[in-house]
Amino acid sequence: MAERCAVIGVGQTRHASARTDVSIAGLVREAATRALEDAALDWADIDAVVIGKAPDMFEGVMMPELYLAPALGAVGKPMIRVHTAGSVGGSTALVAAHLVSSGVHDRVLTVAFEKQSDSDAMWALSVPQPFSPPLLAGAGGYFAPIIRAYMRRSGAPDHIGILVAVKDRLHALKNPYAHLHIEDISFDMVKESIMLWDPIRYLETCPSSDGAAAMVLASERVADSASLSAPPAWVHGMAMRSEPTMFAGRDQVAPRASADCAADVYDQAGITEPRREIQVAEVYVPFSWYEPMWLESLGFAAPGEGWKLTDAGATSLDGGDIPWNASGGVLSSNPIGASGMLRFLEAAMQARGQAGEHQVDGVRRALGHAYGGGSQFFAMWVLGTDKP
Amino acid sequence: MNRPVRPVAVVAFAQSKNVRREDHRNEVEMLMPVVGEVFAKVGMTKDEMGFVCSGSSDYLVGAPFSFVMALDAVGAWPPMRESHVEMDGAWALYEAWTLLQEGELDTALVYSFGRSSPTQLDKVLALQLDPYTLAPLWPDPVAVAALQAQALIDAGLASEADFAEVAARSRRDALGNPNAQVAVDKSVDQLLADDYVVRPLRRHCLPPISDGSAAIVLAAGDRAIQVCARPAWITGIDHRIETHQLGARDLTASPSTTAAARGAGFLGNGDDGAPGTRVDVAELHAPFAHQELVLRRALGLSDDVAVNPSGGALAANALMVAGLTRIGEAAQRIIDGSAQRALAHATSGPCLQQNLVCALAATPEAGTTTSEGGA
Repeated sequence: MAERCAVIGVGQTRHASARTDVSIAGLVREAATRALEDAALDWADIDAVVIGKAPDMFEGVMMPELYLAPALGAVGKPMIRVHTAGSVGGSTALVAAHLVSSGVHDRVLTVAFEKQSDSDAMWALSVPQPFSPPLLAGAGGYFAPIIRAYMRRSGAPDHIGILVAVKDRLHALKNPYAHLHIEDISFDMVKESIMLWDPIRYLETCPSSDGAAAMVLASERVADSASLSAPPAWVHGMAMRSEPTMFAGRDQVAPRASADCAADVYDQAGITEPRREIQVAEVYVPFSWYEPMWLESLGFAAPGEGWKLTDAGATSLDGGDIPWNASGGVLSSNPIGASGMLRFLEAAMQARGQAGEHQVDGVRRALGHAYGGGSQFFAMWVLGTDKP
Repeated sequence: MNRPVRPVAVVAFAQSKNVRREDHRNEVEMLMPVVGEVFAKVGMTKDEMGFVCSGSSDYLVGAPFSFVMALDAVGAWPPMRESHVEMDGAWALYEAWTLLQEGELDTALVYSFGRSSPTQLDKVLALQLDPYTLAPLWPDPVAVAALQAQALIDAGLASEADFAEVAARSRRDALGNPNAQVAVDKSVDQLLADDYVVRPLRRHCLPPISDGSAAIVLAAGDRAIQVCARPAWITGIDHRIETHQLGARDLTASPSTTAAARGAGFLGNGDDGAPGTRVDVAELHAPFAHQELVLRRALGLSDDVAVNPSGGALAANALMVAGLTRIGEAAQRIIDGSAQRALAHATSGPCLQQNLVCALAATPEAGTTTSEGGA
């Protein structure tokens, strides 16, 4: 039987297209310091550090955790570096949580970051590989055909993606850390933005951000005795799943690894009706259309019906019954390696009542979600206000 | 550790032959036979694995997400619980061991791969250093290691002949290892006649540049006994990192190795060592000859311990693989009955910056893994 694990501290940076005011070490330390302050702990209290980021080529530093060890107070301690593509921020939090739930450690600091302004992600994602045709089109070029397949399959009307893009940017206006604050965001502004990869318009895609996220995870003993300004968020379930990038039997629109991962995490948390039993979800939506797609895959809507929830405003902070990405989501801040951890962290903030202007009322359980690769790596956790 | 350690064992180990240049196979093709072999040894399949974890580095392949395609060597269908560390596979094994401690999963596959041949290692490994103050100077890995070797000489802790002795013994022992890349019987005097590469390091002090892969199956409790006649039980495992700044470290010592060994319940094989934890064999991940001397002292190994009977990283040094291979080689001595207790060590970063120690035994007695953290 696993030990109980709780989030007792969260911290994130101000996200921006270029944080030229800080080094990589300064960036991660900004988030980690805030997480420690929130947990009312000092560097010396931490048992181990788990750090994650997307490909090293995004900054041009090989295994940057080596250089970051002193900045994160890891000297003399165990330090692990996770890399699972876009899902890495979520997977990193899970590896850290397992260090607690396995009984190995009591207080683990977990950090994820990306400093995209140090290089060009588009280039770094497009390195030619032997025997593979280079896409030279970044992630959007990869996902656009999958989105078109979803639209055909579900009969979703063209405007759904625009609705998501507007909604998440409206949410971001309530989040002081968000990279994008587009005060006059509107349906027409998104609709008229340039088409990048049909059907993904410029304003339907995520930005390129510098940023970091950090959390302190603790055992029950530590969480119970800590004097915190906000209550702990308890881990009710955590799961990861992977499937191959390509093979004939794979459904890229509705990946089985996603459904399996959700089923596992709901089973652990005792959830049978996610839309009713989860009050807020932070889900990895880097391109607008992934909201309706994940609504279906994560069991918030029946297959083919996800877009109807979006269309009806169910996922909006403004009157929706199941707000998705109250923080503004990946569409509003995208430090790639940290984007997944921000979902996990925002779920914790909601469960702890720390989300300020974008706080959802009456949260008892929150979902954090990340995906990566060619829609093939999934990491999820469900947090709750009560002990599991 | 907040509760008793759950007995988890290495039940199978397989590795590729290490070669200078794997020209005709990509990473998936390198891994597939190794993964197949490790499963065959215990009569298991991928579908019986509760968890899969791998270690590799994008910078060796020169492409982002290199681990993604490598997963095809396992065949992740139906979908698997799976994760990856951008580190040596020894840390992937640590992550898998952690998950098995929770008691809900009983088995894990750990693998790693490293292909250095397509890259210029002297340039690529410079990018491992502080990007603001060190990397712009492009210090190559041999020059960085030479600083450490010279520090040992300056402190009177070792001589160039000592380095040659480590190299001579390692490459001679490697003659018995069919997967080694460099195996040769040369005397210390012959080696000392070599030219310097970077003073005080001669060619024989350097590891080879290798392409290779390795895989391990872990199993917990009864499951281990079902599939393996003599499992290599992990009685303790821990790891620590030091500061990155070379100038801020005493390069002649490895306090992180000592701390990791204590965390793994190993207190040394010398006079101070607890008799119950004495080991017969130690596989140390010392890419440069002089680093074995640093590690021996940090671990408190007496001269009667067989160190690196496989030849160690001086005989085969596929990056991201050589550490996991040390655990595999040490475990194999227990599995084949030639050792009762063994120690394995893995390293990462310049001059032994980060170190992992894994203690293995033929019996699953309660370990003393503490991992109390704190510097």
